[in-house]
Amino acid sequence: MAELNTGGGGGGHKGGKVRSKKQSTRVDLTAMVDLAFLLITFFMLTTTLAKPQAMDMFMPDKDEKNQEQLKVADNRSLNLLLGSNNKIEYYIGTLENQLTPPTITDYSKDGIRKILLETNKKVIGITGDPSKGVIVLIKPSDKSNYRNLVDILDEMKITDIKQYAISDIFPAEVELLKRDKIYPSN
Amino acid sequence: MPRVKIARKSTAIDMTAMCDVAFLLLTFFILTATARQPEPLPVDTPASTVTIKQPDTGIGTVTVGHGKVFFGIKDQNVRVKMLENMSSIYKVPFTETEKKRFSLMESFGVPINQLKQIIAMDASQRIKVGQPGIPVDSVGGQASELHQWIYQARIATKQINESDMRVSIKGDQKEEYPTVKKIIDILQAQNLNKFSLITSLRVADKKK
Repeated sequence: MAELNTGGGGGGHKGGKVRSKKQSTRVDLTAMVDLAFLLITFFMLTTTLAKPQAMDMFMPDKDEKNQEQLKVADNRSLNLLLGSNNKIEYYIGTLENQLTPPTITDYSKDGIRKILLETNKKVIGITGDPSKGVIVLIKPSDKSNYRNLVDILDEMKITDIKQYAISDIFPAEVELLKRDKIYPSN
Repeated sequence: MPRVKIARKSTAIDMTAMCDVAFLLLTFFILTATARQPEPLPVDTPASTVTIKQPDTGIGTVTVGHGKVFFGIKDQNVRVKMLENMSSIYKVPFTETEKKRFSLMESFGVPINQLKQIIAMDASQRIKVGQPGIPVDSVGGQASELHQWIYQARIATKQINESDMRVSIKGDQKEEYPTVKKIIDILQAQNLNKFSLITSLRVADKKK
């Protein structure tokens, strides 16, 4: 671009004008764009943009063995037994005093979430205190998987249930699961 | 008859704008990039609607998948300190070079008596070899190795960073509950009742 164009000096015109050849300033960018997109692709695939989420979990203190068990009204405790095959069996009350018959449901929006919301509403109706909602006892059986646990904890968050705990399943409750065929015995 | 002249259009299009955008994106990705470390134990984390991000520092991750347990810490200085503590407990000496190499390992999953071999390998080999996982069962009244690793990691974090280490559990969706239960029990045995579960993001379908 910086060269002086002296060509065409001997033209037909007298004292001919020095005509500079018009050179295009355009550069072919195709290769550059190619390269840029290649690098973009590379960086996109190697970055971890979505950082993993951390779900906080609190377990009750285990050490104090002689801890006074909190007296909980039977009609406030909802037991969720996590079985195999992404199924849940639930009942209200305690094992000896079941206020509702054990029923099977699943992790879908119309399954467990509906039950949680309804039970919570009912319990608040009974206690007459919005802070005294349902108390959920999550009891994962050996046949449930990790995803079930995360799902159910997530449901607690979605349905805004404040009081829940993960506890060990009783053998009698395992029998319930076996009876309802969500505890394969292999 | 006059010929109809079709105006010859150039096929070259102006790429300036495209080039600009491409390089803008490129710059963005380069600046935000943190290279992904290959994981020795790939797990498929379950999704949840939780939106709290995992912190970058002061965290120990217990990875559970396919019945194996791996352990890793983010901070490199803590890693070395933890290894030193562990080697004095289990009477397995490590050289300075081995410590240096260990500090670059993101996570590992071998019993401590096999750790030397794993340290000697290079990164791609470590993944290929298929590490058997850290023993989680306690042997003869002694605490399990995983218990010790976590415990020493907490001590090391306390000494170096003067802060508490957080433990997070990164489990595979299909992992059966008893394996996860074992980890939770190990954490609870150290009076560690607060920890996080790592999940991936699911779009919230919150309907009330």
